[in-house]
Amino acid sequence: MMLFKLSLKNIKKSFKDYAIYFFTLILGVAIFYVFNAIDSQTVMMDVTASTKEIIKLMTSMLSGVSVFVSFILGFLIIYASRFLIKRRNKEFGVYLTLGMSKRKISMILFCETLLIGTISLIVGLALGFILSQFMSMLVANMFDANMTQFTFIFSSTACIKTIIYFTIMYLLVMIFNTISIGKCKLIELLHGNKKSEKVKLKNPFLCVIIFFISVVILGYAYYMVTIGFQSLDADNIFKPIILGVISTFLLFFSLSGLILKIVMSRKRLYYKGLNSFVIRQISSKMNTTVFSMTIICLMLFITICVLSSSLTLKNSLQANVNKLAPADIQLTKRVNIKEPPTEDGYTLEQIKNSKLGVIDSLKERNVHIDTYFKESVDVNIYHTESFTLGDTLGNLLKSIQKQYKFLKYDSKEDIMKISDYNLVARLYGNKEYSLKENEYMIVADFQSMITVRNMALKNNEKIKIFGHTLTPKYQECKEGFVELSAQHINGGIVLVPDEVVLENDKVYNMVIANYKADTKKKRVEVEEEILKQVEDSQNQTLLFNNTRIDIMEASVGLGALVTFIGLYLGIIFLISSAAILALKELSESSDNRERYRMLRKIGADEKLLHSSLFRQIAIFFMFPLLLAMIHSVFGLIFSTKILEVFGNDQLLPSIFMTAIFLVVIYGGYFLITYFCSKNIIKERS
Amino acid sequence: MEKVLEVKNIEKYYGNKSNLTKAIDNISFNVEKGEFVGIMGASGSGKSTLLNVISTIDRVTAGHIIVNGEDITKLKGNKLNKFRREELGFIFQDFNLLDTLTAYENIALALTIQKVNAREIDKRVNEIAEKLEIKDILKKYPYQVSGGQKQRIASARAIITNPKLVLADEPTGALDSKSARQLLENFEFLNQKMNATILMVTHDAFTASYASRVIFIKDGKMFHEIHRENDSRKEFFDKIIDVVTLLGGDLNDAL
Repeated sequence: MMLFKLSLKNIKKSFKDYAIYFFTLILGVAIFYVFNAIDSQTVMMDVTASTKEIIKLMTSMLSGVSVFVSFILGFLIIYASRFLIKRRNKEFGVYLTLGMSKRKISMILFCETLLIGTISLIVGLALGFILSQFMSMLVANMFDANMTQFTFIFSSTACIKTIIYFTIMYLLVMIFNTISIGKCKLIELLHGNKKSEKVKLKNPFLCVIIFFISVVILGYAYYMVTIGFQSLDADNIFKPIILGVISTFLLFFSLSGLILKIVMSRKRLYYKGLNSFVIRQISSKMNTTVFSMTIICLMLFITICVLSSSLTLKNSLQANVNKLAPADIQLTKRVNIKEPPTEDGYTLEQIKNSKLGVIDSLKERNVHIDTYFKESVDVNIYHTESFTLGDTLGNLLKSIQKQYKFLKYDSKEDIMKISDYNLVARLYGNKEYSLKENEYMIVADFQSMITVRNMALKNNEKIKIFGHTLTPKYQECKEGFVELSAQHINGGIVLVPDEVVLENDKVYNMVIANYKADTKKKRVEVEEEILKQVEDSQNQTLLFNNTRIDIMEASVGLGALVTFIGLYLGIIFLISSAAILALKELSESSDNRERYRMLRKIGADEKLLHSSLFRQIAIFFMFPLLLAMIHSVFGLIFSTKILEVFGNDQLLPSIFMTAIFLVVIYGGYFLITYFCSKNIIKERS
Repeated sequence: MEKVLEVKNIEKYYGNKSNLTKAIDNISFNVEKGEFVGIMGASGSGKSTLLNVISTIDRVTAGHIIVNGEDITKLKGNKLNKFRREELGFIFQDFNLLDTLTAYENIALALTIQKVNAREIDKRVNEIAEKLEIKDILKKYPYQVSGGQKQRIASARAIITNPKLVLADEPTGALDSKSARQLLENFEFLNQKMNATILMVTHDAFTASYASRVIFIKDGKMFHEIHRENDSRKEFFDKIIDVVTLLGGDLNDAL
């Protein structure tokens, strides 16, 4: 009981030191709960079955991410508690001289961890419970579900899960504490802080060399993910990552020496006010924290990239649906299958059925499209054996092949009559085109393919098709698409004059339509009915159907998925890195107190002291962030290339949102650290 | 002679009404320009408190302290800091050097916060370093030099701003006898050749014997005062020992 009292008093006494640790734990618990409780939040929502599927996928992914998150938080907690123990060496030394056994000291720590753990869990869960109510509004808003009534939902599974995960983490902390106490030597405990810290000064010349080496390596890694993007495949994707990590480490390793060297050489700056003191403080701190700085910088980098990419993806997805799925349904049917054995995998029934178009096929089953569709178009796509992507590229094929190794140059090109395309375009509200008898054009909206195709078009490549020779009308691809989709995936459709095509080479018949329905509910009803007719068609060749509702739900689901995972990881990484910095800074405050007391004695103004403290902490917080931001510029360029199909026009607002997150959380930690440190160095009268 | 420091009837109480401790009980004395004054007393006699109130680290309960014509008991906030950096120089028992800065930078710091320009700083640091024979350790860090050298660096920092008054708190407390002697010879040099006014608190008779006048304090009151005048240091030391014997108690143990 005595031990328990002692630990309680210890916590109370050092609450100021613990505050930021405590705060971080509570946040960690709350966030962990909130993201694991999404499951229960969505149970009450009124959504369709497919949305439910997506939510299920999302929650299972989130719980997978939770395992990863718990590792991060576990490391953070162990790291933080090691700091806090180090600070209290003297106290433990006194206990030992009083005859307390190491086992008992471990017990004190055990009680403390238990207390802190319990309190942080309770407070964190309470906070999480409140936050998850806001989360449920966000979830409902994302899935476009009507919140029929607002109810407070408490997720007991998430609660139990949180308790189990954090209990394991705290147990680990206890084990680590016991080990570190066991290793202590009394003399070091008592005189630990008296031992004047050796200032490890690195050779400035060496620092400059290492700095330049790291800049070169980093530059190469940057080059690999941006300009050299095309030659980067799955096998060597790790190369730039490893290079980036190494160069980040080297950069932080050399930075302190370099900065010291530069500022010291500018005597007027160095010997001004407390500048020499500030610079020395920072450089000595950075010398001892190279490793943590690297970790923090990388975590911030991941945070920035994950947050802005996921937000971009989500926004683009939503923007795309309205643009890329402007009609309710698109039914596509494989038609005109040649007699066997030319094409495998089709039954005789299907081959017979393939003589019919979409409308006739439906009619055969007594489905008359006029009962369901308000407006519809009926168009065809043609393929011909002798006309592939390679043929479209013409003379440029060889040089393009060298640059883009992964395109399938022997795939058959989609060909459409210009009049058919115009029908679709009119329905979608897109631009219509006209062609003269010896002209062709290409519509596409997948940026990489547009780049490739434009090279050929610019070169005025003639194409030979169905015995005609056509020249391009435009020197570039025009934006357009035919199939409903969630993303920009139209790699190119060749539009030709109507007379050119041979009806015999028709391969797909397509009906695109809008429902006879005004409300969302009615639309869903119509769709269900049609799809019932279309499905279970063993003997049919109806290949696929895209519907606006499906696309919408998939987009929303995917958007929500990436947003939640992005937010989850981003916030955890952000608070972890900020907390490490803050703890590091505060743990040194006792040393700092002595230093500032001395500065005060030789007559430095309070204002000067505060500004020196502010600059010290600000620079310490800024360095990893600054490098992380530079990394992120290239990281984001890379990710926009990868996520090209989704469109990138939403990047700026996402970066803005990410910046807000950064400023609030990271900035918040910075300010708390500053004010706590200021409090610590305050002269006590 | 010009009075650098006037201490007038100061008192300092600690604690509350039920348990009042008089750390300083009505002490008055003057220090004139160019003097080297030692203050002696046992532990708990109030000598450190006296130094603290003179250095404005602590405040008096009653009385006045006038430095160079200005009553410092009335100063507040940044005026106090200004007073400290312009009029006072400090030397502490545990050196109080910043471990992250080199000797040169430690000395320069006293000038940089007075906004002296870099070229002037360089000149003055080199000058003072030469006089205190620490020129060859200027580039070293505190942990790389001996205790005696550290204290000489601290002395250089204290004196470089040409303060009206140098306050030394047990400056030889953490030094071996050889280093202590060397430091005290430096003090003599500063006092005699550079005309620095030094007020030094100590409980060590040997250290005190380098002063030109020694004030004895017991239980917060002035107990005795002796002047060196034309005595040799040895003679003065014997005189101090006589007073210490008279004082009795702990101070004997310190010898």
